[in-house]
Amino acid sequence: MRRLGMALALGAALLAPAVLYPVLLMKVLCFAIFASAFNLLLGYTGLLSFGHAAFFGGAAYVAGFTIRELAWSPLAAVAAGTVLAGVLGWIVGRLAIRRQGIYFAMITLALAQLLYFICIELPQTGGEDGLQGVPRGTLAGLDLSNDLTLYYVILTVSVLVFVLIHRTIHSPFGQVLKAIRENEARAVSLGYDVDRYKLLAFVLSASLSGLAGALKVLVFKFATLTDVHWHMSGDVVLMTILGGIGTVSGPMVGASLIVTLEDQLADKVGALVTVIMGGIFVLCVLLFRRGIVGEASAFWQRLLGNRNSSGI
Amino acid sequence: MTEIFGIPLLALAGQLLLGLVNGSFYALLSLGLAVIFGMLNIINFAHGAFYMMGAFAAWMLLDNFGIGYFGALVLAPILVGSVGVVVERLLLKRLYRLDHLYGLLLTFGLALILEGLFRNQFGVSGETYDVPEVLEGALNLGFMALPKYRVWVVGFSTLVCFSTWLIIEKTRLGAYLRAATENPQLTQAFGVNVPLMVMMTYGFGVGLAALAGVMAAPIFQVSPLMGSNLIIVVFAVVVIGGMGSILGAIVSGLALGVVEGLAKVYYPEASATVVFVIMAIVLILRPAGLFGREA
Repeated sequence: MRRLGMALALGAALLAPAVLYPVLLMKVLCFAIFASAFNLLLGYTGLLSFGHAAFFGGAAYVAGFTIRELAWSPLAAVAAGTVLAGVLGWIVGRLAIRRQGIYFAMITLALAQLLYFICIELPQTGGEDGLQGVPRGTLAGLDLSNDLTLYYVILTVSVLVFVLIHRTIHSPFGQVLKAIRENEARAVSLGYDVDRYKLLAFVLSASLSGLAGALKVLVFKFATLTDVHWHMSGDVVLMTILGGIGTVSGPMVGASLIVTLEDQLADKVGALVTVIMGGIFVLCVLLFRRGIVGEASAFWQRLLGNRNSSGI
Repeated sequence: MTEIFGIPLLALAGQLLLGLVNGSFYALLSLGLAVIFGMLNIINFAHGAFYMMGAFAAWMLLDNFGIGYFGALVLAPILVGSVGVVVERLLLKRLYRLDHLYGLLLTFGLALILEGLFRNQFGVSGETYDVPEVLEGALNLGFMALPKYRVWVVGFSTLVCFSTWLIIEKTRLGAYLRAATENPQLTQAFGVNVPLMVMMTYGFGVGLAALAGVMAAPIFQVSPLMGSNLIIVVFAVVVIGGMGSILGAIVSGLALGVVEGLAKVYYPEASATVVFVIMAIVLILRPAGLFGREA
């Protein structure tokens, strides 16, 4: 059942550029990576970070700068962005895991805002204009300036990331993370060094968020302050909640919906986009906290359960 | 001319006063956050939006009804506080039995809605609100001139903050409040209407934010985005001070405003970031916050 669903999704992703605009699809994939990385932390470790824009945007700037100013290859630039996001994640994580719950969220938010102000000040980021006109370059002889080529490259990376996340969640390491989420005090009493596990999860999540941000630069050829702004952190929280916290496919579903919605509404309603996003946020929290995938699978379980009990 | 570390004394004093003004706003906002958190266990992300609404309420009261600054100082917090009461009744009430994080998420969504509505209505450029006539001009101290309005803001917000602290620590109502914070079920059993107190507490905290907004209106532009960046700094202030203590919230708010003012004089590039850097240092040295108790 699950394998069938995955095969169908992969098939659809392979054929999608025939009917849909590849740039939009690539944007969906980048945000699906971002949201999945975020969910690793919120859904599987129980840590709500409100500062993930720092890793996404920080890596975007590094990738944009190394390609445009230092003429690095896209592969090296994306790798550099990912590594930097991991290092940032280590620093932010070290500070934030000293506090729990609500404080954790506020600390990550504040540290991300610190990075935002640093990005405004630094000459290398291009200030208000950001880094514009970043060339896509070539990868192993493939010309990435072709939208379709880049799409399949990014799709390959995305699949690898999803496999990595899937493996992580189901590894012993992932089990410990879930134990921390369920009952931190008990995980401590069982002898696990909880802070180390949290930090490792944080670094992994930050690196993958950075990967998403660096890929986004290849797609759109620019990196701007929007990428590091706290609205971006809010967006990824929304995608994850809407899709379903702690589900493997939820963040992908959430990212597809939010990106498509923003794309459709962008030139029609102006500032009301924020109102609509805020409204979805409130509705999700009040009415369906399990998200679309979570509610759907709960419904499916109920259906199966009923059939079993009535069929005897 | 007297100089301190190469900076003329007058410029230093001017920035210190401006820092105190900002500190007053931090103090009012973090006080509201602390009071709400104590009672509802919710971090009110919409606090910045309510601050912005306070400023807009003052502007609209003047523009539509000719009600001046001092009228707005009373009316705007009541109006915006009532919005807060409605929000508590309709939305927040449903979350009390859930993880605290849902409160943060809900109020974040609420902040987006409020900010978006005002941006849609008024654009991003902002409106101007004049300093009331009585408070125009400056006090001449002989060696320097103090702008009257800024002195008023610092004085009045300090008064409001310490009155709030007195009410909570020294009156019967405050005792009920502290009891309900400590153990809501038991307090209810003694015949205190806890849900009513929770509702009024949220309204009061929101009202404090609106009050700060009214006072900020003549100093900054009245704009839909004025609250969103401010609230993140206030979060950092709250992490530094720790939310366990009302007095801690007030003192750290004022102090950090002054530090920010000093940074503007000696190292302007860091003025936007200094509070966050201090937060990071406090987290390394004293993770529970300066006045906090480890939860």
